[in-house]
Amino acid sequence: MAETRLRLAKPELTFGKKVIRINWALVLLIVLTSGIGLAVLYSVSDGVMDVWVWDQGIRISIGFVLMFAIALLDIRLFLRLAYLGYFAALALLIAVDLVGSVGMGAQRWLELGNFRIQPSELMKVALVLALARYFHERSMEEVHKLRWLLIPVAMIAAPALLVIRQPDLGTALLLLFGGGVMFVMAGVRLRVFAVVAVVIVGAIPFLWRSLHGYQRERILTFLDPERDPLGAGYHIIQSKIALGAGGVFGRGFREGTQSQLSFLPESQTDFIFTTLSEEFGLVGGLGLLALYTLMLALSVIIALRSRNHFGRLLALGVGTTFFFYVFINIGMVTGLLPVVGVPLPLVSFGGTAMITLLVGFGLILSVDIHREVQIPRGSGSRFI
Amino acid sequence: MAKDSGRYKSFTRRALLISGIQAALLASLAGRLYYLQVVRSDQYRMLADENRISLRLLSPPRGEILDRDGLVLATNQKNYRVLIVPEQTKLGDEDIDAAVARTLDALEPFVPISDRERDRIVSEVSRKRNFVPVTVVENLTWEEFSRVNVRSPDLPGVIPDVGETRYYPQGESLAHLVGYVALVSVNDDSNDPLLTLPGFRIGRTGVERMRDLSLRGKAGASHVEVNAHGRVIRELERREGQSGSDVVLTLDSKLQQIATQRLGKESAAAVVMDVWSGDILAMASTPGFDPNAFSNGLSQDEWDRLVTDTRKPLTNKALSGQYPPGSAFKMIVSFAALEARIVNPAHRVFCTGEVELGNQTFHCWKSGGHGDMTMTSATEQSCDVYFYDIAQRTGIDKISEMAKRFGLGTSVDFGLGVERSGLMPSREWKLARTGERWQIGETLITGIGQGFVLTTPVQLALMTAQIANGGLRVTPRLIKSADPVEVARVDGGLEVESGQDSRSLGISASAMAVIQGGMEAVMNKPRGTAYSSRITQAGFKMAGKTGTSQVLRITEADREADRDIAETPWAERDHAIFVGYAPVSAPRYAISVVVEHGGSGASMAAPIAHDIILEAQRLGVSRDVRQAAAEVETLPERED
Repeated sequence: MAETRLRLAKPELTFGKKVIRINWALVLLIVLTSGIGLAVLYSVSDGVMDVWVWDQGIRISIGFVLMFAIALLDIRLFLRLAYLGYFAALALLIAVDLVGSVGMGAQRWLELGNFRIQPSELMKVALVLALARYFHERSMEEVHKLRWLLIPVAMIAAPALLVIRQPDLGTALLLLFGGGVMFVMAGVRLRVFAVVAVVIVGAIPFLWRSLHGYQRERILTFLDPERDPLGAGYHIIQSKIALGAGGVFGRGFREGTQSQLSFLPESQTDFIFTTLSEEFGLVGGLGLLALYTLMLALSVIIALRSRNHFGRLLALGVGTTFFFYVFINIGMVTGLLPVVGVPLPLVSFGGTAMITLLVGFGLILSVDIHREVQIPRGSGSRFI
Repeated sequence: MAKDSGRYKSFTRRALLISGIQAALLASLAGRLYYLQVVRSDQYRMLADENRISLRLLSPPRGEILDRDGLVLATNQKNYRVLIVPEQTKLGDEDIDAAVARTLDALEPFVPISDRERDRIVSEVSRKRNFVPVTVVENLTWEEFSRVNVRSPDLPGVIPDVGETRYYPQGESLAHLVGYVALVSVNDDSNDPLLTLPGFRIGRTGVERMRDLSLRGKAGASHVEVNAHGRVIRELERREGQSGSDVVLTLDSKLQQIATQRLGKESAAAVVMDVWSGDILAMASTPGFDPNAFSNGLSQDEWDRLVTDTRKPLTNKALSGQYPPGSAFKMIVSFAALEARIVNPAHRVFCTGEVELGNQTFHCWKSGGHGDMTMTSATEQSCDVYFYDIAQRTGIDKISEMAKRFGLGTSVDFGLGVERSGLMPSREWKLARTGERWQIGETLITGIGQGFVLTTPVQLALMTAQIANGGLRVTPRLIKSADPVEVARVDGGLEVESGQDSRSLGISASAMAVIQGGMEAVMNKPRGTAYSSRITQAGFKMAGKTGTSQVLRITEADREADRDIAETPWAERDHAIFVGYAPVSAPRYAISVVVEHGGSGASMAAPIAHDIILEAQRLGVSRDVRQAAAEVETLPERED
């Protein structure tokens, strides 16, 4: 025990060694992807730098500084701060509920001086950290017992419910899925998931019957936007036309009629993938998808080669959250999934999501740098 | 460590499972992209390319803005215009710029295109992408438009088009209040697809801005099938949009016109308010500008001229102008003194023309002094020394509280976004603002409406309305509510909207009688400051109060020289102020007039107020007659 404390006080890696051990391949992929994002933003802002490109560039720079700072910090520090971070994010979410500002029909933002932050975004990383610490400290036997799962279920449910109230279904689903995957990784028996799935599917007909007509209508439109071509469906129809018109090689940089003529809504945020694919075609879309796949593959490799359970859970948990962003956003703009407001990671215009993702990548990089650090199971309990 | 290795193995299995699922889902995305962009690409490209869109938005007509009698203040007119699509003007391998130039030359004989316009078109063509239509000329006459229309088949890329422009039949007189519309700019963040239509305009100022969403209406859509050449084969489905809703104002546009004309070339504002309902019947601000010029597009020169004009034509002075009220504030000082029981109406002060306080001398406007004054005669002749005296006795905080009770110091908020709150100073305010203590001399000059105190014309009208109606709180209204107004009869045959008469300001009837009497004397006693602007017609008589507020401090040298107003530079002359109400027998209209640098209230503002309020009464009588006639016609037959 004394030895562990000693090790924490005196890191075995020097600063120089840490810098060398940064996973530069992953950093390169992140730089490439953000660069593509800036190019597409330049295109949709009619070739003007100061509408979105400049702002986004500043955010990316801040995010990169944060990412490297986090990467170089000792991973045990994050283990120690995991619960504190979680409760801080939860407190911010409650603050949004009480005093948050309303924008576009939802109450998501908190004004802090000149800054507007979206605590639901911060929660995505905070939840992964807290769950990683929780499961790091449980033995396999404990994970197999249902009573040990009550606390982590509550840890997911509390923020998810707060986010649904905003209402922001997309983020709530991300929290539920992201948290659920942490359970899978921790080794919770698969039959537990099977039972939960059966219960949910079994309950659907009863829930459906208890709904009012207009509520059913709303859900049907949500699932199939083309039922309402002027309302919810308008965006999706325009997005599909843009994608299809892009074809294999696209219409050329700044030549996408759908995006440039403003038929496409939100072309700088949630629908930015459509603009990319209209102007650069299937080649561009698949190229970006390939970049994302490589980043995910790297995060899996980093998780597998880490020697501590906290790091493994953290790297794969952040990676999975990243995956959900990609899948839900692209699924949405291609009409595979219902429209929920989820940005395209590292590409969409938007501050908090960008910072959150880069902080997440900073954590993955830190896991990789500190992959040989041993963290005994009980060590977290002394930290708070 | 053994346990940890078990955990590690389990994690590895699970991690691979999760990665496998993720890979499969990403592959499905790739498959979906392939399906949309390769398999169905031709179909979508046709929709996007030839037609640009299969769902065409239909712009709904913008709602009208009407006055209280249903007269149109803002409406829509057809705008005949000619557009060109640069890429369609090309013949063969021609260069786009050359093609555009040739097309403009071909258009020249039918519609006039000035060199400046031509430069604008060329620069717009080079700036925008080649499939974006560019406006060549707008607001053509029907003859010009039909000449182009007939020849358009021979001119590839030329599109004759009928759009809508906003038209304001009343022109300048309502420019500030009704506002104007302008093209959507990059900063207008909205999810409304209407805003993406080329040439769509939204409300920028005034009621057009305040009620923009309901005036705008909802977009309709037409679903069309197109052939490969972009020609519409048939309309599959058409959903009409929802026209914008009309907005009915409380204004009487006839009175508004008269008020604007009467203010003429002065930099001035006038507000007429119904003293019972708070309805704004007229709100004029001069000089104005032509709102139609804004809908047709304003040149940079015209804009610069409006912005740099020292008389501020773009500002609604009735709401945004803040002026020291001068002697028009004296009623508030009297109320404060009477209600605090510091003096009674019989309180007398002997005016020698000045009063000393410490080492300062405070002057009355009349250099020889007024002699023995009571509250009524001091109001009538606007004796400053009398009000220095009672203001000093009452104290600034009580005066400030009374002013706030009448609505001074708080913005009269209609939601137009330009309303200012004026300023009602107090001890606390000064300490917080300047860090210095309140000086007793400042109480004295506040007593004659000078110093820190600032009011807007609409606040002055509100104050006067609440004196005229005997001390009932009214809420000024600009938008007429759609619900039929419940009316209750009160004495004198006047109508009071229910729900407002119970809201007393808490002023005693005796104090009210004294102040109303003083205001009557101002206009109807030979020594009253506004006697020459009195109304003599029976039943139309008015009461009021003049005010003259200093812009610069009067120096001893000025006082000695007794400088003539004509010799003073315009920007240094006093503001002329007048507030009043009529008819005195049964008050119905309250008015405030402020003429910036107009000289004295009695000579400049009072005659204007006289003319406007007399006209308001005449129009009111004719409306009552019309309404009575209409009521008789709609009376149900009696059955018994």
